[in-house]
Amino acid sequence: MGKWLMVCAASLALGFAACGDDGGETTGGASAGGGGGGGGEQPYIAIVSKGFQHQFWQAVKQGAEDEAKAKGAKITFEGPPTEQDIEQQVTMLTNAIQKKPAAIGFAALDSKASAPLMEQAKSANIPVIAFDSGVESDVPVTTAATDNKAAAAEAAKHMSELIGGKGKVALVVHDQTSRTGIERRDGFVEWMKANAPDVELLPVQYGAGDQAKSADIAKSIIQANPDLKGFYGANEGSAIGVVKGVEESGKKGITIVGFDSGKAQMDAIRSGVMAGAITQNPVGMGKQLVDSALAAINGEQQPKVIDTGFYWYDKTNIDDPKIAAVLYE
Amino acid sequence: MSAVRDRLQQFLAFGSLIAIFLFFSIASSSFLNYSNVTSILFSTVVIGLLALGTTFVIITSGIDLSIGTGMTLCAVMSGVLIVNTGLPVWLGVLGTILFGGLIGFVNGFNVSFLGIPPFIATLAMMLVAQGLALVISDSTPIYFNDEPGYIAISTGHLLGVDFPNAVLVLAVATVIAAVVLNRTILGRYTYSIGSNEEATALSGISVRKWKLAIYTLAGLFTGLAGVMISARLASAQPGTGIGYELQAIAAVVIGGTSLAGGKGSIVGTLIGALIISVLNNGLQIMSIPQEWQNVILGAVILVAVYADMARKRSSTV
Repeated sequence: MGKWLMVCAASLALGFAACGDDGGETTGGASAGGGGGGGGEQPYIAIVSKGFQHQFWQAVKQGAEDEAKAKGAKITFEGPPTEQDIEQQVTMLTNAIQKKPAAIGFAALDSKASAPLMEQAKSANIPVIAFDSGVESDVPVTTAATDNKAAAAEAAKHMSELIGGKGKVALVVHDQTSRTGIERRDGFVEWMKANAPDVELLPVQYGAGDQAKSADIAKSIIQANPDLKGFYGANEGSAIGVVKGVEESGKKGITIVGFDSGKAQMDAIRSGVMAGAITQNPVGMGKQLVDSALAAINGEQQPKVIDTGFYWYDKTNIDDPKIAAVLYE
Repeated sequence: MSAVRDRLQQFLAFGSLIAIFLFFSIASSSFLNYSNVTSILFSTVVIGLLALGTTFVIITSGIDLSIGTGMTLCAVMSGVLIVNTGLPVWLGVLGTILFGGLIGFVNGFNVSFLGIPPFIATLAMMLVAQGLALVISDSTPIYFNDEPGYIAISTGHLLGVDFPNAVLVLAVATVIAAVVLNRTILGRYTYSIGSNEEATALSGISVRKWKLAIYTLAGLFTGLAGVMISARLASAQPGTGIGYELQAIAAVVIGGTSLAGGKGSIVGTLIGALIISVLNNGLQIMSIPQEWQNVILGAVILVAVYADMARKRSSTV
């Protein structure tokens, strides 16, 4: 009996380990084209993103893969497990440089931490295209990104209109250190301060983009402020968390404005629980990234910043083909 | 004598909870009311369930770091079983809980039969579970929107009044955990292994087998937590889960369970989990900046452990 138990457990443990190995290869490593250097005619672009598990990054990856296929390039797309793993991302970038790609695409988790590696890429003659968020360095040929501050200001403008320019508005932001967290908070707050003097902003709360945590925060805010008029969630997890929190509290009449896309958020907009949201254009960002990398490989001159755009979407235009194309489930 | 001391210890944790609760009730007018108290209980469910299972492991002087991402993997598994495979909800839930048990079983096997230190064995499982959750789900959330019966497990109102089912689940799970720890052989051996593993083995008890059972039990709670979080969010989010294990361990420690093993209680753990969520809720309601909320929570953990150590010191003198 005891022996059988052991044999049984051992095979289970091995099964687990084997699955784990498998996973590492498909998610972390090469998904479009091989991992190693250029290989043949096609230029190889190594892309290090902020992650790969969020829907947003999946959409960027999709855009990059499609464009690479169309233009005849090889790409790899990888990122650390969470957006707090700065060190792990730096290691990934180091390894990417070692592979001597024709170009590197890089979305920095920390705009300063990677600056020394930028110099290293430069001395190896590998052009770097920054995307999603900039790097504090002159090395990147260009930065393909959403103007998050302008996008957040647009969200604030819609919020102000929806609540008639006055009342209490609360913010749930994903974190206080990342660039998107800072810009989407400041863009919203600054627009309100400048244009909507009767809107009272509550202290910003941070939910790490975790839906359950953000929902708990939203409920506490509603509890403390029964007269709350509006709620802003600064990324997908925060926005969905706010929707959950408002639903769970049973409170009616709160205007919710969000950021990013995803199925749960689109459902909330269709059902009217959420008034609308800002979406970036992640597929377009991935496409632009590959285009810029190829242009850099050919030595073409490019603008320092390429705005990949953003859109406000709500019940009225969510099925508009132009909007539907930039939303991702 | 030791029983009296344990009672006293539980009373101290309970007293702290009451004190914190009273403080917020006085400090903020919007704290003490029906909807906020249910909301606090509701937010305790996931961490509470994880902490219940971990209590057993910690009493054996082990640790389980895999419960956070293990919970995520179970949530994804639930999505696979119910949404992708189309199993009836009850069967999917059962399968998910058993799958959690399987994760615990592998942990237990690695710890007791291969002799890998619990910290390392469960740390490895934490990574394996995180990776598998992403692989199995293809890094995409699985939505339960077409399974209202599943969502109701967490947010429905079985009692008819405005009281979420999730809290009932936590209550039942707490009673089960308490009965297992206090009234069964498994519970007795849990304490015995934690107090003195060698003596336990010498008295003819198969420590290996019982440890395997204890980690498997912790895994079952992880599976249940996976069901509860995905039912609440109406989706299995494959990217989250890291950090939940530390909150659960904090709840266990605040509740008076010693990381050195041999001592602890389920009621204490529940109180520990409640202290964490009352603090989170109260500080948010008072609009304390979030950075300070973390500082305060960390300080509470230090005070709880210090108080425990001080008690122990005075009792041995």
